[in-house]
Amino acid sequence: MAIELKMPALSPTMEEGTLAKWLVKEGDAVKSGDILAEIETDKATMEFEAVDEGIIAKIVIPEGTDGVKVGAVIALIAGEGESAVTVQAAAPAPKVEAPAPKAAEPAPQPVAAPAPRAAVADPDIPAGTEIVKTTVREALRDAMAEEMRADDRVFVMGEEVAQYQGAYKVTQGLLEEFGDRRVIDTPITEYGFAGIGTGAAMGGLKPIVEFMTFNFAMQAIDHIINSAAKTNYMSGGQMRCPVVFRGPNGAASRVGAQHSQNYGPWYAAVPGLIVIAPYSAADAKGLLKAAIRSPDPVVFLENELLYGQSFDVPKLDDHVLPIGKARIARAGRDVTLVSYSIGVGVALEAADKLADEGVDAEVIDLRTLRPLDKETVLKSLAKTNRMVVVEEGWPVCSISSEIIAIAMQEGFDDLDAPVLRVTNKDVPLPYAANLEKAALIKADDVVAAVKRVRYR
Amino acid sequence: MLELYRQMLLIRRFEEKAGQLYGFGMIGGFCHLYIGQEAVAVGLQSAMRVGKDSVITGYRDHGHMLAYGIDPKVIMAELTGRAAGISRGKGGSMHMFSVDHGFYGGHGIVGAQVGLGTGLAFKHKYADDGGVCLTYFGDGAANQGQVYESFNMAELWKLPVIFVIENNQYAMGTSVNRASAEDQLYRRGESFRIPGIQVDGMDVLAVRGAAEEARQWVLSGKGPILLELKTYRYRGHSMSDPAKYRSREEVQAVRDKSDAIEHLKQELEAAGVTEDELKALEKEIRQIVQEAADFAEQAPEPELAELYTDVLVGQY
Repeated sequence: MAIELKMPALSPTMEEGTLAKWLVKEGDAVKSGDILAEIETDKATMEFEAVDEGIIAKIVIPEGTDGVKVGAVIALIAGEGESAVTVQAAAPAPKVEAPAPKAAEPAPQPVAAPAPRAAVADPDIPAGTEIVKTTVREALRDAMAEEMRADDRVFVMGEEVAQYQGAYKVTQGLLEEFGDRRVIDTPITEYGFAGIGTGAAMGGLKPIVEFMTFNFAMQAIDHIINSAAKTNYMSGGQMRCPVVFRGPNGAASRVGAQHSQNYGPWYAAVPGLIVIAPYSAADAKGLLKAAIRSPDPVVFLENELLYGQSFDVPKLDDHVLPIGKARIARAGRDVTLVSYSIGVGVALEAADKLADEGVDAEVIDLRTLRPLDKETVLKSLAKTNRMVVVEEGWPVCSISSEIIAIAMQEGFDDLDAPVLRVTNKDVPLPYAANLEKAALIKADDVVAAVKRVRYR
Repeated sequence: MLELYRQMLLIRRFEEKAGQLYGFGMIGGFCHLYIGQEAVAVGLQSAMRVGKDSVITGYRDHGHMLAYGIDPKVIMAELTGRAAGISRGKGGSMHMFSVDHGFYGGHGIVGAQVGLGTGLAFKHKYADDGGVCLTYFGDGAANQGQVYESFNMAELWKLPVIFVIENNQYAMGTSVNRASAEDQLYRRGESFRIPGIQVDGMDVLAVRGAAEEARQWVLSGKGPILLELKTYRYRGHSMSDPAKYRSREEVQAVRDKSDAIEHLKQELEAAGVTEDELKALEKEIRQIVQEAADFAEQAPEPELAELYTDVLVGQY
């Protein structure tokens, strides 16, 4: 049977082209790889190669023809044992075919995203459990040490994590306990070691990759997003990537613009990542343990200013908290303050001030930024009908933007006032003490915003 | 030798068919063909142990999958975006994986696979499993900074990784010497004390020999090794590349004088394989490729519900 040569699509967007030149004529023998013709697309002139072997029996579309649709028969090749003459006789009259119609597509049906699971509550802490004052720094270290004891696949790598005991002392003591096989100092080479950590996770290990700060993870963001977050999806669920990227995030103190940025909104925008940003030591511990156990890539955003703060941490053998669940840090009925990370401290301070004025504020600590616990936020809004989002970060395209959108879309009927947000000023963070202070969120700004949503 | 020939021929015919299906609009997006470079993947991977060692490459990955014996049907069905594709139609030409074979993709960011491959080698050493990682990248990727970050740590930690530069002479449209201050790419590891070997990538037996040598080197605990495979791609960088940066004569000259498949065919004939046997093999391969194409054409597209699967593994 004759083989039909059809007008090829030579780019992702091509629909028709010009058959500029035939480089073979009827009667020529051709084999795979021979160049048959030159075809002009809207972008370029491309060579059209033979795939099959045989004799060119008939050139259906002469050279110089414009507007040849993709899929139109342009020539016929006689196959083995066929004479070119018989094929010619059987050749269809030259015509320019429309591209083969696509199979009738069913009317597009909206595909509903899977319903979120009902949020899991924090496990109850048994009565009588000893409560220990612990810094966030120690809580994070304890979480890593406990998980490393439990699972040999867990290791930690990063700059100064081993011999130096951690640039911020978060990995203190780990080298001594676990040795240099599992606590690994890297050169200053974020892109490189983020790639190695991600690759090791693809191979089945459970790396904890520490960035000295998340500002430096900008060098490595390609691996966090393109390699870690997308691979499970792109591989149809074959290739897991259970890596934890952790380190301090957000403004520290007087370290200037390049060392002071909140990347929460950046990472929370990416499907395929889990993003956690805890405030208290108990949450830091319980959520870092959950992050290390998660089969998914996790970005774990800490805060340098919180490292030294002490919180109550229950003394349990295995304090693990659910990812994707917000915590009500302070119950109240008049207004909802939504925040995460260091912003929770600001919101709690504001709530105390508001209490002095007789306003009972509820404070929600999101804890996980992706997946976001909308349910807890909306439930609180339904109770208080007023909301202020508090975020130590820029306002534009932020977590507060997202919370406000959720309130509009899913909580509109519960709103008695527009949701307001208190964020850092929309500028790179300045060095001068007074300017830095002016740029960062403060409890007084939150109090003022609450007064506005209460029309007072 | 016949098996190496068979694999190279399968890749050639598969890629020709893929190019054709692209022309029919059956394959979309970016599609980078391996035609001309077959001896590299076939020669190197013939020295690896499937399942024990790992392999990772960039986006020109069809040949590497076929060289590992992965079913042409599921590869072609991925190219046409079907549910039966190896990535369930969600990866496409550039993103194919087979964890069962130790084939870790299929990566679209130039050079990213070098860090990842070094990480896979880290895993082999950490787990002490006796495996090595074969990490491919091109002459274009060889100029990416993360390649050298990876070289540094690979040597520092003596990781069992074979770095392979597939030097097909052109990074898209830019020739090696227009982009590389040191165009002898096998020397790119020198300042990290990584030894380099330049190999004729158009000679599958030479490639195989180099792979065995390299594997022994890294398994003996001496750290990484760098192979530069001099090869050539006959087609454009991707399907939409008119390849005007080189002459038709240049391409034709390589095809006529250096084609790896023709070269091995002559050796097989000299060794007494008859023309009939070779013809039968050609026919068998065309049959396999046609079946793969038919399968890829007829298999259904993914269910719409697949849109939301595999984003995360855990339930939160």
